[in-house]
Amino acid sequence: MRAKTHRRSKGLNGWLLSLPALVLLLIAASGPLLIVVIYSFLEPGDYSGVRWTFSTDAWFRILFQRDIFDGTVSLADANLSIFWRSVKLSLATTLIAFVLGLPTAWFIATRTPAARAVWLFLITIPFWTNLLIRTFAIMEVIRNQGLMNTALINLGLIETPIQVLYTDTAVLIGMAYVYLPLMVLPLFAAIDRFDFKLIEAGYDLYASRMGVLRRVVLPIIRPGIVAGCILVFVPSLGAYVTPRVLGGGKNMMIGNFIELQFGQGQNWPLGSALSMVLLIVVLAALLIYTRVSSRDDPNG
Amino acid sequence: MARRRSFDVTRLPGFTAIAILAFVLLYAPIVTLVIYSFNGSSSVNLWGGFSLQWYRIAFENEAVQSAAVRSFVIAASASMIATTVATLAALGTTRRGKFPGQTIIYVMINQPLMVPEIVTAVALLIFFASIKIATGYTGLGYLILAHSAFCVPFAYLPIRARLEGMDSAMETAAADLYASPVQTFRHITLPLLMPGVLAGAMLAFVISLDDVIITEFVKSAGQDTLPTYMLGQLRRALTPEVNAISTVLLAVTIVILTAFFLMTRKRD
Repeated sequence: MRAKTHRRSKGLNGWLLSLPALVLLLIAASGPLLIVVIYSFLEPGDYSGVRWTFSTDAWFRILFQRDIFDGTVSLADANLSIFWRSVKLSLATTLIAFVLGLPTAWFIATRTPAARAVWLFLITIPFWTNLLIRTFAIMEVIRNQGLMNTALINLGLIETPIQVLYTDTAVLIGMAYVYLPLMVLPLFAAIDRFDFKLIEAGYDLYASRMGVLRRVVLPIIRPGIVAGCILVFVPSLGAYVTPRVLGGGKNMMIGNFIELQFGQGQNWPLGSALSMVLLIVVLAALLIYTRVSSRDDPNG
Repeated sequence: MARRRSFDVTRLPGFTAIAILAFVLLYAPIVTLVIYSFNGSSSVNLWGGFSLQWYRIAFENEAVQSAAVRSFVIAASASMIATTVATLAALGTTRRGKFPGQTIIYVMINQPLMVPEIVTAVALLIFFASIKIATGYTGLGYLILAHSAFCVPFAYLPIRARLEGMDSAMETAAADLYASPVQTFRHITLPLLMPGVLAGAMLAFVISLDDVIITEFVKSAGQDTLPTYMLGQLRRALTPEVNAISTVLLAVTIVILTAFFLMTRKRD
């Protein structure tokens, strides 16, 4: 009986102490999300905002468009191409980050402890550096008079600058650049826990190099791979700053498309519905991640 | 010798080369940006010798001055608020075993890490727009509130990590010596927890200082912070002034991070 009361007071104290944080988050993070859900089911106002009439039009308009004259319904090609670009660029970003990130994480994890701390710190600095500054830095490199084109011209490889800035390639390079640390850190954490004696054991049992990689290394570091890929894919999909700066307004991703609905486009319900779609996709990705990582967790 | 052999075994072909390449790719743009902030030429394309002129121009620019002050005020207030509520939440959710609803608290606290920033930004835009109309208040309060909220998980994680690594024997001893819970907290728990609290406050400060998207959506007219000011500048002709501002922000981040690492490393 006493134990039960004790447990209840522990829970009560836990909630009471957490209350200020929860109130803050409810006001300025979770609560407003509910308003977005409501807004997605309203009609757009004449200039901006909403009219308080229930409508599923915003959700309909995510994928379809209705002809103004004859009312025929067709797929909204412009929207679809933006979604496809977002998914395509995010997947490509994840792939590039993985190809560069795995060897980097492996390299850091196999250093001596003192050197490892230094290399890790070198990865952490860009990770915490302002995203806009890093985007701006990569812009300086890839623009027509930038480092990359100047070097290529001086080497005699090209005559005129290659236009990379304000293309999808620029957005891809930029996102891979800014999100690379997000791939390296979880991969490092996974490889760091890896007992390298297992590799020797594998060799001692006459496994080939590929065999050791596939049967020993990969299964153990898989949670790190999943974590890194999700951590890169999720912010890439919702990216706003990098495509805005490097895509130059033409090459929109879904984040910029959402902003447009609150700017000149002035369709708040559509913007709200698009935000919800993005949120649902991201939460689904995170759910897959928690599933995979809890399944792979050796402790249960 | 045995150690060396195992190293050779673990070294996969090309991995070191790719890793070095990755580090070069990570740092070359940032280093270029920093170097060009000291450019004596007025063009971003030509090198005109070492000069601090762009720092002087940035410092004398009133828009930059007010944006810098605003950034600092918001970051300081937000990190203070976030750290306070995060410390309480960490005390409430750590070292007391599981209690009903704990998962809900975790999910709420970590929510800003999971929801895409653009979605939160849109949600706050809608929410605050109606409050602005209803109350007529358009001050910095909205930005401070928004920043405080998304800083909570960054403040919470180091504090919770510190708490979990803390031995409760000292607190038990204090309680045995008839210290009241408040005295125990004030003289034992809080001093022991302080490195975690400071680390959390630093991360929150850096996160707030760096924010672009939420600030861009929530700010009223004339409420630019340094990042949103820079974003606005990018639409116009590029000048090394933005490089100078970036370099200063970068330096602030590196100083705070170095302090953070030295502080959290002492714990091990």
